[in-house]
Formats: sequence, C-alpha cells, structure tokens
Amino acid sequence: MMREIRIHARAGQGAITTAYLLGYSYFLKGMYPYAFPHFGAARMGAPMNAFVRVDSKPVRLRSQIYQPDYVIIADSTLIRGFNCFSGLKDNGIAVVNQREGAEILKVKARQKIYAVPATEIAMKAFGKPLGNTALIGAYAAATDEFALEELIEAIKKRFLGKAQEGNIEAARKGFEFALKQKSSK
Amino acid sequence: MREFLEGSLAVARIIKACKPGVISAYPITPQTHMVEELANFVANGELNSQFVNVESEHSAASVVLGSVAAGVRSYTATSSQGLFYMAEVIFNIAGMRLPLVLTCANRAISAPISIWNDHQDSISLRDSGWIQFYTENLQETVDFHLISYRLSEDKHIMLPVMVCMDGYTLTHGIETIDMPDEAKVDSFLPPYKPLYKLDVDNPLSFGPLADPDYYMETRYAIHQTHKDVLEIMPKLTSEFSRVFGRHYNGLIEEYHTKDAERVIVAMGSVCGTVKEVIDELRAKGKKVGLLKIIAYRPFPAEAIYEALKNIPKVAVLDRSLSLGSYAPVASEVKAAFFGKKKRPEVISSFVVGIGGRDITKDSIKEVLRLVNGREKSNEFIDLKPELLKEEYE
Repeated sequence: MMREIRIHARAGQGAITTAYLLGYSYFLKGMYPYAFPHFGAARMGAPMNAFVRVDSKPVRLRSQIYQPDYVIIADSTLIRGFNCFSGLKDNGIAVVNQREGAEILKVKARQKIYAVPATEIAMKAFGKPLGNTALIGAYAAATDEFALEELIEAIKKRFLGKAQEGNIEAARKGFEFALKQKSSK
Repeated sequence: MREFLEGSLAVARIIKACKPGVISAYPITPQTHMVEELANFVANGELNSQFVNVESEHSAASVVLGSVAAGVRSYTATSSQGLFYMAEVIFNIAGMRLPLVLTCANRAISAPISIWNDHQDSISLRDSGWIQFYTENLQETVDFHLISYRLSEDKHIMLPVMVCMDGYTLTHGIETIDMPDEAKVDSFLPPYKPLYKLDVDNPLSFGPLADPDYYMETRYAIHQTHKDVLEIMPKLTSEFSRVFGRHYNGLIEEYHTKDAERVIVAMGSVCGTVKEVIDELRAKGKKVGLLKIIAYRPFPAEAIYEALKNIPKVAVLDRSLSLGSYAPVASEVKAAFFGKKKRPEVISSFVVGIGGRDITKDSIKEVLRLVNGREKSNEFIDLKPELLKEEYE
C-alpha cells in the first residue's frame, strides 16, 4: 500500500537529505520510493518541504503530498506559521524536533505525536544542530516502517568517517527516545 | 544494477557511460547539478573528457558546437533562461547538422522569475530543427539519453537531440533506476565517427553563407530528416530493448486507449499522475486512457491520428502556452485530424502546471470531467480567480 511522508523544514536544515535517507531505507527493503523537494523562496532559512512517496511498485504519482500518513517537522518554529499537520491522516503519526519539556501539541484522538529533542541529540552526537538522522531514527521506532539497521545502512551510504559515526549515533538515540515514548502511548 | 538515484546524478552517470570527449556548461542558475557531477567525474579521472567551464550558456553552446564540428562527441545541459541565451547557437547546431545531446531541465520563463517546472523553455525552441523527447520518469530519462546519442549520430540523421525532463519533479526527484551496464552501453553506442569534421589538413566550412539559391534546401533537408526519425525510432528502440530489456515505442505510448471513451494527451512526468488516475477510474468501470507523446519533434502526427481516430473525447494537456493563440500541443494534435475521415467528437485543450503550479489527481479528474462537455480551448486548470482582480489607485 502506498505511504506518503511530508517533511517540513527550513532550507539548509537537510530536508532533502532526510528524504533521501528515508527513501534509501525503504529502497533497502525492496520497495519503490520517490523522494522529491519543493522549494519555497530557495533561500537559506525559507520554509520548504520535501516528500517521500513509497509503494511496493514504482510510484507514478508526481503531485505534492496533501494527505500524509506521516509528517516529520525538522523545525518546530514552523508550526507557528504553517499548519504542518494539514491533511495528516486520522491515524497519522508526526515526528517533531522539539526541546524537551516544550508544550505538547494537541491533535486528533488517533493521531500520534512524537516530540524528539533531535537538535540536542545531534549536538551531543556530532556537534552540529542537524537533527535529521535523530528524527528518522525516531520515525523508524514510531512507525515500524523499516528497521534501525536499514537506516544505518542508508547513513553509511550517505556519510563517511566522523559524520557517519555521529549520524549513526544520533539515529540510535532518536530511535531509543521514540521507543520509550511509544510504550507510554 | 538497481539503484536509488537522484535524476540529475543519474543523467550524469549515463552521460559518463556515453563518454563525451567535451562537456561544456555554465555552472550556476538555472543549471542543475548534472554538470557539477560530470565535472567531478572528470576531476576524479573517472571520465576522460575535457570539461570547459564558461561564462554563459551562449558560450557553452558555442563550445560544444565547435567540438562536435571537430568530430568529438559532446554534451551540455541547461534550462529556462539559459536555454534562451543559447537560442541563437541552438539553431546553428541544427543548421550545421551536428549531432549533440542536450538535457533541458524544463523550467518556467521570466518574468516574473520562476525556478519551477513547466515546458515553456523547450517548447519555445520547437522550430529550431532539434529532435525533442519528453520523459515521464527517471528510467526513461536515462534510457533516452543513450538512445538520443545513437539517433543523433546516425549518419542518416545527423541532428541534435534535446532530452526534456521536468525540472525538480525529475531533476531533483530520487527514485529506483536500473542503470545500464557500461559494457552494454559500449555495444549499443559505438564511438562517434563523423562524416565530416573541422580538420586543418582538410579545411572545411560549416554553416557559411547560403544565398537564396541554396538556403531553402537546407531547411527542406532538415524537415525531411525529421520524417526519417519517425521511421528510425521504432527500429532503434527495439534494438535498445534487445540489449537492455526495456521497451519503448519511441514516439508515443498508449495506456488503456483501445476501448477508451475519454483519452488525455500529455507529455512528461504528468503522465505518471494521469496513469494513476486512469487506474483508479478504470477500477470503477470508467473507460479512460492516456496517450503519452514522447517525441514532440518530429511530431508523430500519423501515430497520434491512428491512436485517437476512434476515441470520442480527447483532452490535450499543455504545460506551455502560445500566448495569444492556441496551446502548442493541442493545436498540433488538432491539426493531425484536419481533412481526415475520422476524428474525435471533441478535442479539448487544457493548460496545466504553469510555473510549477502543482498538478494533482484532482486536476486530472477535473480535466476528465470537463472533456465531457462542449469543446474547450485553452481552459486553464487550477487557476486562482482571486488573483486576477484588477485594482487601480
């Protein structure tokens, strides 16, 4: 069955890398992902989206994603200006990069939100405020869409050396964080 | 081998396999990263080619004009304003009968500035003498680059080819591709052997003055060669299919047209969205289909006539415009039926996805709803009327 994922970020925060890593993790499972960006003003810091649409057969649909199964929000300040949850399916899951202790958002009864301190995790793991891999780790735990091992393979394909080690560490931490939240949901 | 690759990088990979001796490009906006990746291949020693970085697209086109004239397989890529800046040279390349492959990452045209996808750039150069293919997905894009070099360098053709792939949707889209094996590429595409070339020992002129006694025949000859392309393409694509196992008709693709009551005609990546809608509606018993035009130049009028002559209602999607007249693809599809015995009751024309306006399944369903009514001309889909109110101080 087709799955649709929408990523909200600011240009420069690695949304395309996030879409690539998500897509590659699905690709390793033998599925057919189609990952693509949509730029706003095409400037650093401008709000932008990236999308992943995935199926067990090649994806042909080329439109943007309006009714996602899953949403990943790389920068929670975007929530103030945009309805990042717009169209999220009634049983949809959102993974949000949010400081610990920040206000938990209200959503529909069957929707689930995972608030993950991805920036802090990334800072500890490799010293840069790029929470993408931590968020995808959390996504894997929250959705069971693919295994952490598949994500680690994807990270190995995308990063080398210290960046690879740090991002694998961040992915693990994000995965573990979401797993703990999951048991309480 | 099955890989998960971004469109621009996949194009760079197939171009590398085609081994051009000269690559020239203007490296910044509206360029895509396909030439950046090729520059990496050259710098890393993975591709033995001369990469000529230039200050403008006009120069990029001029460099590859020169290198092909000197007998070397060449490559360039651009889009939008960059293609327009090349325009003068683009006509020269075709006029000199130089085989070349150019990737056009289809994007809208200024003003106002838009970096987003439509077909206005390449369609505006439809009369240049170049062969133009429009691709639906990344596999097709990769395969058509390879097919295009073979076609272009065929000594019966000797014309440049523009492979048109939708900007962002395909250039920045990442999907699963079966990358052609390099050894197979070598067997399908032998080294380029020019019939004539610039050579100091045997001096020749390309494109010198042709006075009214000669000029018209050069144009006639290109036009005749375009007719030959219609004959050669099906043979070339069946040879491609024997080597690589993927089949393309090469000119058009018919999707559920045989018993269809309503057929959409379209080019490029939107065809994927249309197929998705067709499958949904077919499951509900609606007889709908798609005619995908792959070759826009030469225009396969005969194949289109045969495919659509018994279809009651036809909707043509244009992702470009001829401002002040009929949309380009629609007017040519209609022309294919003029003076013929059979024709659809309705051939309606719809303008979609201009300047990157998203084309959703609902946009396609709206087209299929509207084609049931009386014939439409230049019907804009997903237009925002609230933006059209005129206000003066």
